[in-house]
Amino acid sequence: MAQEYTLAELMICAASEAWRNDGEVLATGIGTLPRLAASLSMLSTNPDLMMTDSEAFLLSAPNPIGPRAADFKPAYETWMGFSRIFDNVWGGKRHAMVGPTQIDRFGQANISCIGDYAKPKAMMLGVRGFPGNSISHANSFFVPGHNTRVFKDGECDVVASIGYNPARLAKGYSLDEVDIRLVITDLCVMDFGGPEHQIRLRSLHPGITVEQVQQNTGFPVFVPEDVITTPAPTAEQLEIIRRMDPHNLRARELKDNPPGDRTAR
Amino acid sequence: MNKLMSAGDVIGQLASGMTIGIGGWGPRRKPMALVREILRSDLKDLTVVAYGGADVGMLCAAGKVRKVVFAFVSLDFIPLEPYFRLARQKGELEIMEIDEGMYLLGLRAAAMRVPFLPTKIGLGTDVLRHNPQIKTIVSPYADGRELVAMPALELDAALIHVDRADARGVCQIKGPDHYMDDVMARAASKTYVSCDELVEASFFASPEEARYVFWERSETTGVVHIPGGAHPSSCSPLYGFDVPHFKEYQASAGQENGWSDYVQKYVGDSEAYYQQQVGGVEAIRKLPLPTY
Repeated sequence: MAQEYTLAELMICAASEAWRNDGEVLATGIGTLPRLAASLSMLSTNPDLMMTDSEAFLLSAPNPIGPRAADFKPAYETWMGFSRIFDNVWGGKRHAMVGPTQIDRFGQANISCIGDYAKPKAMMLGVRGFPGNSISHANSFFVPGHNTRVFKDGECDVVASIGYNPARLAKGYSLDEVDIRLVITDLCVMDFGGPEHQIRLRSLHPGITVEQVQQNTGFPVFVPEDVITTPAPTAEQLEIIRRMDPHNLRARELKDNPPGDRTAR
Repeated sequence: MNKLMSAGDVIGQLASGMTIGIGGWGPRRKPMALVREILRSDLKDLTVVAYGGADVGMLCAAGKVRKVVFAFVSLDFIPLEPYFRLARQKGELEIMEIDEGMYLLGLRAAAMRVPFLPTKIGLGTDVLRHNPQIKTIVSPYADGRELVAMPALELDAALIHVDRADARGVCQIKGPDHYMDDVMARAASKTYVSCDELVEASFFASPEEARYVFWERSETTGVVHIPGGAHPSSCSPLYGFDVPHFKEYQASAGQENGWSDYVQKYVGDSEAYYQQQVGGVEAIRKLPLPTY
């Protein structure tokens, strides 16, 4: 009998694929599930990855998430305060996975604010490091709620990170320098590998249809002929995830912690 | 040279309309006692430059701010700073919203006494659309590429909290990250530091201690001894940030008269009153360090 797994665990495994072929880069997963995905990759598909303790040090092995025993010893490798993070970012040896509030058809993304810029309907974080990240290194997106508010029609309310938009390309630059990798949502995995960098469906999570993906995306999704089903987590992957998340914080990340296979029974 | 002064002395050297940098990062090692002293003062129309947390939120709530220069304003575990959010959503703030790294480059340019530093950051984004004062240039070399000329962020004053300092202004940050505080100190005409512990110059005599001093004393204008002065933000490894206090602060933003209630309950008319209301330095020093 196949092993039971949650949608959160399926998404962690799918997201961990983002770093498989990266070699020695800094993997930054913002939020619980992306951080677990980076940890999983470092402990399975790409042991050359680098990760921080989410504070100020680089680790040789990822820290488990949540409270740790008093005698726990992190595997420190070097100091990595914020100023040095920028040194790394600007050199390009980083692949971040972030959770934007809006993503448009160009792959431009927003975490600044929603609505009128002078008087926003909802002020969020600010552009943070999105402008610098997006023009310096690879980025993937993690979207726990795939809907047309996130994947919006038209451009993002604030373009905080750059995408494949020829109208915004600065003099002397090429769209080929933009490096958006995977888009992992609660419905599917996508990338921007369609014609002229159109968003493209790569795999559907078990029980999800192409129509569901298209209906919840505010712009056309390129659907190739060979769309696979997102692979279920292996026993080895689930064991690593449990070890990295001993308090099961991943169960709180998606509403009602749904099962990974949503095929009607 | 003896640079010891009181928080009141620091405020006396500031003026309405100034551009003030505030050190730290989000809820971490903010000079909150000095910020509270601004809340108690007549200062207004300030331009605040910060990797923002409750420092920015409180100054906005108190109507002290004309303009905020920021990349984010956040309390980390409470992602959205409640009072900054309210001020933004009322449309009452002038802002310069830039990338975290552009901010560092702006401080660095000021510290280097150059008008700008070139960078790719910001190209193609709305940072340039919303900040027409930030110009682009074309590389004078063969690549001919467009670059952002990130303008120097010159500060009239910087306010920074450190673990310990001596009366000459030698400052030590023992926590895991000194953030951009060293660059900020250099970018400012005057740098005022609050310290948790005041020590003798001899404290720094060993290389293990001197290694955690990130700028020369010539960058320090004044030193104020305020144990617990970063509260409710953290001053790791001495104390963590005060989660219940921040939650109460956040909740106040959703209540009628929430801000004036917070001011009355905590800010009061002196730091002695504040410390009494939060349980004293003993309670602050017991706040657990966060686990990331």
